[in-house]
Amino acid sequence: MATEAKTKYDRQLRIWGEQGQSALEKASICLLNCGPTGSEALKNLVLGGIGSVTVVDGSKVEAFDLGNNFMLDQESLGQSKAKCVSAFLQELNDAVKAKFVEESPETLIETKPSFFTQFTLVIATQLLDRYLLKLDKICWQANVILVVARSYGLTGLVRISMKEHDVIESKPDHFLDDLRLHNPWPELKEYAHTFDLNVKTPVVHKHIPYIVILINIAEEWANTHGGSLPSTRQEKRDFKDQVKAHMLNLDEENYKEAMDASFKVSAPRGISSHLLQIINDSAAEVDSTSSDFWVLVAALKEFIENEGDGEPPLEGSIPDMTSLTDYYINLQKIYQAKAESDCLAMEQRVRNILKRIGRDPESISKASIKNFCKNARKLFVCRYRQLEDEYNTPVLPELQKYLTDEDYSFAVGFYILLRAVDRFAANYNRFPGMFDGDMDEDISWLKTIAVGILNDLGFHGSTIPEDLINEMCRFGGAELHAVAALIGGIASQEVIKLVTKQFVPLTGTFIFNGIDQKSQVLPF
Amino acid sequence: MADEALPEIRWRDVNKLLARPGNIVAPTFAHSPQLRDDLGKYVRVLVVGAGGLGCELLKDLALMGFQNIDVIDMDTIEVSNLNRQFLFRLQDVGKSKAEVAAKRVMQRVSGVTIVPHFCRIEDKDIEFYNNFQIIVLGLDSIEARSYINSVACSFLEYDDNDNPIEETVKPMVDGGTEGFKGHARVIMPGTTPCFECTIWLFPPQVKFPLCTLAETPRTAAHCIEYAHLIRWDEVHSGKAFDADNPEHMQWVYSEAVKRADLFGITGVTYSLTQGVVKNIIPAIASTNAIISAACALETFKLVSGCSKTLSNYLTYNGLDGIHIKATDFVREKDCLVCGPGTLIELETSVTLLQFIESLAEHPKLLISKPSITYRGNNLYMQAPPILEEMTRSNLRLPLFNLMDKVPKGTVHVSGSTDKDGKRTSCLRKLRVVFKGVDGIVDMDVAGGS
Ligand SMILES: [Zn+2]
Repeated sequence: MATEAKTKYDRQLRIWGEQGQSALEKASICLLNCGPTGSEALKNLVLGGIGSVTVVDGSKVEAFDLGNNFMLDQESLGQSKAKCVSAFLQELNDAVKAKFVEESPETLIETKPSFFTQFTLVIATQLLDRYLLKLDKICWQANVILVVARSYGLTGLVRISMKEHDVIESKPDHFLDDLRLHNPWPELKEYAHTFDLNVKTPVVHKHIPYIVILINIAEEWANTHGGSLPSTRQEKRDFKDQVKAHMLNLDEENYKEAMDASFKVSAPRGISSHLLQIINDSAAEVDSTSSDFWVLVAALKEFIENEGDGEPPLEGSIPDMTSLTDYYINLQKIYQAKAESDCLAMEQRVRNILKRIGRDPESISKASIKNFCKNARKLFVCRYRQLEDEYNTPVLPELQKYLTDEDYSFAVGFYILLRAVDRFAANYNRFPGMFDGDMDEDISWLKTIAVGILNDLGFHGSTIPEDLINEMCRFGGAELHAVAALIGGIASQEVIKLVTKQFVPLTGTFIFNGIDQKSQVLPF
Repeated sequence: MADEALPEIRWRDVNKLLARPGNIVAPTFAHSPQLRDDLGKYVRVLVVGAGGLGCELLKDLALMGFQNIDVIDMDTIEVSNLNRQFLFRLQDVGKSKAEVAAKRVMQRVSGVTIVPHFCRIEDKDIEFYNNFQIIVLGLDSIEARSYINSVACSFLEYDDNDNPIEETVKPMVDGGTEGFKGHARVIMPGTTPCFECTIWLFPPQVKFPLCTLAETPRTAAHCIEYAHLIRWDEVHSGKAFDADNPEHMQWVYSEAVKRADLFGITGVTYSLTQGVVKNIIPAIASTNAIISAACALETFKLVSGCSKTLSNYLTYNGLDGIHIKATDFVREKDCLVCGPGTLIELETSVTLLQFIESLAEHPKLLISKPSITYRGNNLYMQAPPILEEMTRSNLRLPLFNLMDKVPKGTVHVSGSTDKDGKRTSCLRKLRVVFKGVDGIVDMDVAGGS
């Protein structure tokens, strides 16, 4: 990467690294409708150095566009909106290719579905659901990711649609270090044994790394408890006391760290239920059509059942801890060596599997296998439902639960009402409350439609709060800049996660609640 | 900027909320087709910071119909800002952030006036901050937040029943981000917690013990901090380290590499060196956009009353799905900053000088070099020299006389205090009660309690 780009992107490279950046630079994004929601979403991606953007919009700039869209100014009046927005975006970053198509997204969806297959990802904004359903089918078939974003008055939604998204680098905020204190391998145990916890030299005593302390005391414990480690609450307390009893004085940082980490010796052996679900997924039964990810998972499954003895490959890194430099470096080397030998075993398995399914055994690089091993405990598989499924086969018990939960009542209300306004628009060719004069009539019509949707979903007799229906009509389809910037911002953040394949994207539907900011993700 | 040519139809969408009645609105909401225009004409908003959040805030506020905005920022534009501070271009590097940001937004959104202030927040008179109906903060420093918070809270007055007087409440909306995470909050001094009430939300940064750096380094960061904090001074006697000087940074980097090699430690890179030395917080456009938009929306709702407002602290986390949570924190009743003020009982004979000296020893205050004002009058000013000279003669007068012989009153003190070993500006409100002086009517007795 060039020095200038490195400096320009420094603050984001610290988050997703050069790998993530290069994935962004390879991506081509299509935006449907460039009102503020879509324009703001693209702005964030262009600043970050996305490969290319194509803005699709068939409308001309009108006066009211200048009241909510920063990419348009007085000189844009009467011109193609797509052209003006694309020109502004280009100004933001000359490393990005900004293109535009002056055509209505609805027309493209109806007449030229093949248009969409050229993109990595399509962001569909402010699109009525009957077109979204069609677009979703097109994208699903072509393996193009679809991100739906909608701003509507003080509410809005973001949703992702694709078959499956697999994440190796989920980069969770807090995750237990992979120390194996509950299950040390022979080399680690051997190293721990070279220490005498009763050493009298204070400077040595207070610099024994807590890993060593805990392994030795856990062994002491096991010897007096029939080979088992502390498991009940009382035992864990007693164990901690036993650690404390080794302190020469109460300000020895290494022993404080050992006490704080003492629960780690009681960690259950084996893998989390989350990981178990992934290795037992039917996709892990691989054939020549399987993705690299699932080939790696298949190898992981074999590893856990064989060399791993129930555990995944060791991550290989240790956190900083109070220690003499030498002790710490030695420990680091022991963890690294084990991680490397685990990785080697994994590599063998990956190559064999590839051979078995008729692929080039070298088609997955060593670096990829290493990265997979480092993150094996943190894998994520996100599966999505097609929009059509969401519309036609709702998750009834889930929806029922949220309908009656106070924390969710606005969010579920908006979820139904956002559908209701589209049905309203299909019937009356305008959004409810768009014109002041129709207000009272629109409120009662919208209510009827909302109740109808609830009935279709199987909730007879359920209603949406009256106040919310009124507010929805008051919004009159308004696209407020602040709401659009927020929804667009969230959409762009999800795009980054999907394209870099880092972090975990949204599953379900994000419903924005701009009234009291109690936004929610509904799991459907 | 011929903004008059643009008709009110431009605000079609905003007017859906402002011109019509609503069911879920603030009790003060008075919908009117005129409201948007009033918002534009009569409301002055201050944006503090013109960086990642500030750029977004200026755009968002201008497009929500605010037309009188000021922005204050002392920083100049750097190349590493360009991945998110969308109002700046490569050719702007080195220029004032506040000035360029103001100019760009004014160019694109006609009718808005943005006044830039290219200076430190402490350079402005306290009264400057009283010109605004609402203050929006887009900062990355705890000290700066704390300062603006204390300024806004200093305007707050309480009535005799210790209830905040509405006209003196200066609302603040504050945003902050780090990577995929951020927060947005609404502060109504006297009602919702101020920044200081919930200071525990911002724990101080943990520093490495010097003995670790000097004797038992284990990580790349230890080697870098050794070069930066210890080795630099050993070699460059007296010359201050400047993190913005690439030669200095390069030197620290190469020293760190040497040290790492010596101890068999890996992982020292130039990028990590910069990150550790400058304490760089990762920042991206999308999170800034999300948090700023939430702040601008709350500002719009607070000022117009057109909906409910956030109560009172929102956290956003986009690492694993999307998590947005609103938490209703409660005020610290005895908060030194947003409470009615620290009570100080004095003899009527105490001079201003004696009073000033007592503040440095007061265990809760520990304020040194304070300037004192009473009802907007300067009783004593430490700076500038001309004001110091003008107010110096007050020092030997009794405070009682300087406060017009009232039995009790509130004085404002600004000075500096020690916080985690760092000198920081601070502003405190003190309730002074003079012993043995009764008002014409003693309120407490008259009230019969
Ligand atoms: Zn407070």
